Amino acid sequence: MTAACPACGGAAFAPVRPAAARAASEARTLILSLPDIHCAGCIAGAERALSGVPGVVSARVNLTLKRATVRAAPGLAAEALTEALARAGHRALELDAATLAGSGDDETGRALLLAIGVSGFAMMNVMLLSVSVWSGAEAATRDFLHWVSAAIALPVVAFAGRPFFYSAWGALRARRLNMDVPISLSIILASCMSLFETWAGGRHAYFDAAVALTFFLLLGRYLDHRARAAARSAARELTALESPKAIRLASSGRETVAISELRVGDLVHVAPGMRAPVDGVLAEGVTDMDRSHLTGETVPVAAGPGAVVSAGEMNLTGPVTLRATAVGEDTSLRRMAELVAAAERGRGVYQTLADRAARFYSPGVHLLALSAFLFWVWHAGDMRFALNVAVAVLIITCPCALGLAAPAVATAAAGRLFRRGVLLKSGDALERLAEVDVAVFDKTGTLTTGRPRLATEAAPEALAAAAGLAAGSAHPYARALAEAAEAAGLAPVPVSGLLERPGAGMEGEIAGEAARLGSAAFTGAPDDGGAAIWLRLGEAPPVRFGFADEFRPGAAALVAALKARGIGTMLLSGDGAEAVEAARAALAIDHAEARVSPAEKLERLNALAAAGRKALMVGDGLNDSGALAAAHVSAAPGSGLDAARVAADMVLLNADLSALAGAMETARCARRRILENFGLAAAYNLVAVPIALAGFCTPLIAALAMSLSSITVSLNALRLR
Amino acid sequence: MDILVFLIPVSLSLGALGLLAFLWTLRSGQFSDPEGDAARILLDDDDLAPQPPRPSTKRR
Repeated sequence: MTAACPACGGAAFAPVRPAAARAASEARTLILSLPDIHCAGCIAGAERALSGVPGVVSARVNLTLKRATVRAAPGLAAEALTEALARAGHRALELDAATLAGSGDDETGRALLLAIGVSGFAMMNVMLLSVSVWSGAEAATRDFLHWVSAAIALPVVAFAGRPFFYSAWGALRARRLNMDVPISLSIILASCMSLFETWAGGRHAYFDAAVALTFFLLLGRYLDHRARAAARSAARELTALESPKAIRLASSGRETVAISELRVGDLVHVAPGMRAPVDGVLAEGVTDMDRSHLTGETVPVAAGPGAVVSAGEMNLTGPVTLRATAVGEDTSLRRMAELVAAAERGRGVYQTLADRAARFYSPGVHLLALSAFLFWVWHAGDMRFALNVAVAVLIITCPCALGLAAPAVATAAAGRLFRRGVLLKSGDALERLAEVDVAVFDKTGTLTTGRPRLATEAAPEALAAAAGLAAGSAHPYARALAEAAEAAGLAPVPVSGLLERPGAGMEGEIAGEAARLGSAAFTGAPDDGGAAIWLRLGEAPPVRFGFADEFRPGAAALVAALKARGIGTMLLSGDGAEAVEAARAALAIDHAEARVSPAEKLERLNALAAAGRKALMVGDGLNDSGALAAAHVSAAPGSGLDAARVAADMVLLNADLSALAGAMETARCARRRILENFGLAAAYNLVAVPIALAGFCTPLIAALAMSLSSITVSLNALRLR
Repeated sequence: MDILVFLIPVSLSLGALGLLAFLWTLRSGQFSDPEGDAARILLDDDDLAPQPPRPSTKRR
C-alpha cells in the first residue's frame, strides 16, 4: 500500500513542469474547519464563497470531516477565506495544515479496506465452492473443489490476516494474551489442517471458515480503526486550531513573531481583543483585563502601569504594552498545562468492555480447545480426529462476533453524536460517559455564556443615554448595555466628544452636559463591589446598572436531565460566593463551592475518584483544565479555551449544553447494546460449542454459526437510536 | 463434471473483475467523503469527478 518513493515522483516531473502547473504547485493548501455545515446547500454555498475569493485555485468541502481544503496563491491569508465564509453564513476556523499533514491520507484505513476487499472476494468464491461440497460432491470432484478453495484461501489468508498475526506476535513476545492470539491461532490452524485434509483426500476442509473469519474480523478491525482515527483527528484538529502569534515592539518597529520566539524583557503589544501571550508587567497604557478563563471571575479587572498580567488574560479596552517577565515554559499558562499532565499521569489506563471480555475469553478458549484435543486423543486414540475437533472448537469460539460487537456499536454511536455536535476525542470516552454518577460543572463560560446581561430595571432615558456612551466600547458591560437598549427598542442618544478611559469608563457630552459611564470611582458613586457600572449625567445622582451572567441555552435542561437520572450535580467555580450561589439556586444544582483555585478543583475531582465516584467534568477555562484531565470523563464547550478543549474527552460544537444530556443517553444505550452483543455472541457459542466438542461439527455448521452471529451482532448495533 | 474446469475459472475471473473495480474505487478516493458524496448528488453544478486522494506531493 505504500506509495512510490516521494522523492523519485517529484524528481521525475520537476524539470518538465510547465509554468501553469508550477503556479498551481506553488499554491499552498489551507484547511478550514466548518463545524456547522450539514447539507448539500451548505457544500455548494461554502464552495462558491471560497472560489469567489481572489487567489483561490480550488476549494473542496468534505462533509464527513466538516472541513474545507483550499488550494490558494501563496500570499492569500486565511482571514480572507473565513470572512468570505462568514458572509455566506458559515462559521469557519483555520486549521494548521502542518499539524494535520498525514492525517488526511489514512494509510492504515486504506490498507484495511484493501484487505477487506480481497478477503471478501475470496470468501464469496470459496463459499460458493463449499456449497457444492456441502450439497454432496464426492471423491475426485470434492478434492478438486478443495484444491481450488485452497489455491484461493491460502494466499488471501496470508495477505489479509497480517494485522492479526502481527498483533498476536507482538503480544506473545511481550508474554501476554490478547484477542488476536486465539484469532491467529484459529485462522492458521484451520488453514493448515484443511490443507492436510485436502492432501489426504479428507471430507472436511475449513477454508471457507478461515477466509470468512478473516473477513468479519477485518470488518470489526476497520470500524474500530475508523472510530479511533476520527477521535485522533479531532484531537489533532483542536491542537491545529490556534497558531498563536504575538506583536513584539523591537527597535526596528513592530514585528509579528511566534510566541515561542519571545524572550524575557521583550516589549509586547497587546491590542484590545487579544490575549496576553506571556506573563508580564504592564509597561504602558491603561485597560481592563478579563481573567475569566484563568480564574473564573466574571468581573473584568482594571489594570494600569505596573499591574501584573498573566498569560491568557484577555485585554478588553485599551491598547497596552507588556514587558515580559516569564515566557514559554515558565508562564502561568504552562504551569497550568503541567497540572493537566500530572492529572493525566494519575488517571489509570481505562479498560474497555471488550478488553475486559478478552482477558478471560482468550485463555478460556485455548484451554477448551486443548482439553477437547486431549480428551479425544485419550478416548478415541485418533490424532487426526482429535485435531479436527480442536480446530472446530477454535473456529466456533473465534471471537468474530466479539470483535465486531464493540466497534460496530461505537461507530454507530459516534456518528449519532457527531451529528448532534458532540465530538469524541477519545475512543473509550463513550463507555466512560455511560458510567458517570456525578457531574461537576464550572460556572463562567460553561453553565453561563461568560457574557454579562443587564439585570436591573432602568429608566428608558437613562438606558438610552448609557447605550449612547457604551457605543464606543468593547467592554462586555458596554456591549450588554447596547444590546439591552436595542432589545428595548431604544435608539442610543448621540454623544459628542466620546472618549474611552481604559480601566475607568466612557465619557462624553450629552446635550451640552458632561456624561460619564463607568466604575463607581469614575462616576463618584458609592462602591458596592457588585457587578455593576454607573451612569452620571451632569450633577444628577449616578444611576446603577447591575449585571448578571447569562445562562447558556440548555444549561437548565441539562441539569434537570441529570437529576432525572439520579446523577448528582456539583458546581465548582473560581467566582465570588454571591454569583455562584445565585447560579446554583437558578439551576437547582445540589452543591456549590465558590473561590475554588485550579489546584483545588483538581483536588476535588481526585477526592471524588478516590471515593469511587465516576465524575463527569464540564469546563471551559484554563482553571478547569487540570480537573478536566483528572475526571473520569470530561467535556468542554467549543467556545472554551484551547487548553480546556485539548484536556477534555469530548467537545460540544454547539452552544446548547443539552446536547450533553443526549450524548449521555446515547452512551448508555451504546453500553447496553455492547453488553447485548456479548450476550448474543455467547449464546451462539453455547449452542455451537457442545456440537464441536462432541465431534459433530461440520464446515457447514461452523460457517452458519459464524456468519449468523456476526450479522446479528451488526444488526443489533444498528438499532442504536 | 468436466464443465467445472471451465466454469470455475469463469466465475473466479468474474469475481476478480469485481475486486478490481473495488480496488479502483479505493484508489480514486471514493471512500474519503461518503456523506459529502451522498449530498452532492443533489447539486446541479457539481463536477463529476470525485476528489482524488490528497496529492502525495505534499509529503516532500
